[in-house]
Amino acid sequence: MRKTITCIICPNGCLLSADVSEPGTDAPVTGAENPRSIDSPVTGTGCPRVIDSPVTGAGCPRVIDSPVTGAGCPRGEAYFIQEITDPRRTLTSSVLVKGGELPLCSVRLTDPVPIARIPDVMKEIRKMKVEAPLESGTVLIRDVLGLGSDVITTKTIRRITAAQ
Amino acid sequence: MKQEIQDLDVLIIGGGPAGLAAALRLRQNGIENILIAEREKQPGGILRQCIHDGFGLTRFREMLSGPEYAERFIREAEALKIPLLTNASVTEITPDRVATVVARDGLRTYRARAIILAMGCRERTRGALAIPGSRPAGVFTAGVAQAYINLYNRMPAREVVILGSGDIGMIMARRLTLEGAHVQAVFEIQPYPSGLTRNIRQCLDDFGIPLCLSHTVTKVHGERRVTGVTVQKVDDGFRPIPGTEQFCSCDTLILSVGLIPENELSLGAGVKLDPHTRGPIVNERFETSVPGIFAAGNVLHVHDLADYVSLEAEELADAVTDYVTGKDLPDCSVTVTCDKNINHVIPQKISLRESINLSLRVNRPLADVKVAAVQGGDVIAKKTLKKALPAEMISLHVPKDRILPGKELEVRIL
Repeated sequence: MRKTITCIICPNGCLLSADVSEPGTDAPVTGAENPRSIDSPVTGTGCPRVIDSPVTGAGCPRVIDSPVTGAGCPRGEAYFIQEITDPRRTLTSSVLVKGGELPLCSVRLTDPVPIARIPDVMKEIRKMKVEAPLESGTVLIRDVLGLGSDVITTKTIRRITAAQ
Repeated sequence: MKQEIQDLDVLIIGGGPAGLAAALRLRQNGIENILIAEREKQPGGILRQCIHDGFGLTRFREMLSGPEYAERFIREAEALKIPLLTNASVTEITPDRVATVVARDGLRTYRARAIILAMGCRERTRGALAIPGSRPAGVFTAGVAQAYINLYNRMPAREVVILGSGDIGMIMARRLTLEGAHVQAVFEIQPYPSGLTRNIRQCLDDFGIPLCLSHTVTKVHGERRVTGVTVQKVDDGFRPIPGTEQFCSCDTLILSVGLIPENELSLGAGVKLDPHTRGPIVNERFETSVPGIFAAGNVLHVHDLADYVSLEAEELADAVTDYVTGKDLPDCSVTVTCDKNINHVIPQKISLRESINLSLRVNRPLADVKVAAVQGGDVIAKKTLKKALPAEMISLHVPKDRILPGKELEVRIL
C-alpha cells in the first residue's frame, strides 16, 4: 500500500511517500495520513478509550518496497524509513521528590525508544520516588528496560530547609 | 516617610529566557549595575513548567527540556553574581524609568537608566472567548493545566475536551493522556490547525486523539464541576451552524486559543503598542516609543522557540549597552508595515544604518509563496518558501544598501 506522511524535520514539511507492506501477513498497512479532521465530533460514549499503547506503534514491523519520493533532502528520506520501519519517540514526565523545594522533578529519556514501549517506560517512571537534593542530569534509570536510553532528571531540586 | 530610590543602570523586568539572556549579555559587555526582578520564587519563567523537549536545538545543538534550557542561563547568572530579586512584582514603571517593586521585604523604588521589558505573555481565557453556559470548575487554559501537573503535582482532569489546536494544547493532550486522563478530541475553529505538524503527529496521532477542524465549543455545562460541553461546526464566517450541536460528556475543558503579550506595565509607562502583536512598537534596536525602555521575548511578540528569544534578548542587550554608555542609537525613520496576508512584522521602525532581519508571520497557511519587502513599488528583498504557516515565524533579511530613506517599507506576499 502507498503510505504518505508529512516530514517534521524542518518547516518545509515535504510529503514523503513509498509502497509499504507488513511481511508475514497479507493485510496491507492501514491508516490514512493525518491530520484527521472529521465532520462529526467524537462524543464521550462513542469515542474509543485511548488504550495503553500509542496507535501508530502497534503492529508488525513494516517493510518499504519502493524508493521514498517527495523528500527535499536526505534527512527526509531517513525520517520516512525510521518512522515507518521503527518509529521511536522520546518521553518526558516527572517523578515524586521527598524533602525538596519542589514536589516534582521533571525527567526525560536521553534517546528515543520504540513507540510501542512508551507505556512500559511510563510504568517504570511512575514507580520512582527520589530524595532531594537532586542535580539536573542525574541518571535515575540506566538503560531503561534494555531499550538503550537512560532516564535523567532535568531539574535541580534543592533540599528544603527549616527556614522555608 | 521618604522612599529611598536606588539607582540602576538597567532594570530587567522578568527572569525568564529573555530576561536571563539579556542580563548575561549586559554583564559580558561590562554593564555592572543591573537587577532582574522576577515575580516567582525561582527564575526561568515559563520554561519551569515546559518539561517537554525540543529546546536548545539551534542554540546548543541538543534536545533539552525547558528547565534544562533555563538552567544553562541561570547557572551562568549565578556564577557571575548577577543580582536577582525573586518574589518581586513590579507594579509600576514611569516614562522616566522609575519602577515600583513589591518585594518580600516591602516596597522598593528603583530609577534605571534603561528598562528591559521581559514579562512574557499570558493565555487567552474563556472570558475572552465569551463561551456561554454555566461557570463550573474545570475550565482551564492549557498553561494552567500544565502548571498544575508539572509544578504542583495536581491532576486537574479525567475526561478532557480541548478547544484550540495551539501547540500548548496539543502538548497537554499528550501529557494528560500519559498521566491517565482521557482526551476525547481537540476542536479547532479554523479550517486548519494552528500548531505545528510535529505536535499533531506526536501528541495527537500517536494517541489516537482526533482533531476536528471548523468546530468550536458553544456551551459549558455543569454546576460545581464541568459535566460536558456542546460543540458545533462553524461556517466560513466562524458562526456556529444551527443543527450541528453535539454534546461531549467530560469533566474538563482545556483552552489553547492564543497567547497575548503581557503589557500592562508598558502601557503605564506610555509605551505604544502594535495592535497586530499586542506588544510594543520597536525599532531595530528593540527600543520602544519611550526612550530608554526596551522590549524582547514574548512580551514583544509571541515566539515559537526559546532559542530565538535568547538571540533576540542578546541583540537587545547590545543596544541597551550602547544606550547606557552614551552611544548614539540611530534615528529609525523608516516605518515597516505589512499587507493583509501578513499578521505582523517586527521591528516596526528601522534606520538606514544596519541590515535588518525582519520577523513576521503569515495569517493563514500558504504554499509556494514569495515574501517580499517593498519600498516605493520596488522589491528590495525577497524570500521564496515552499510552505508558510502562521505557527512558524519567518525571517526576511533586508540588506542595508537597499533600504531607501523616508519611504514606508511594506512586507507583502507577491
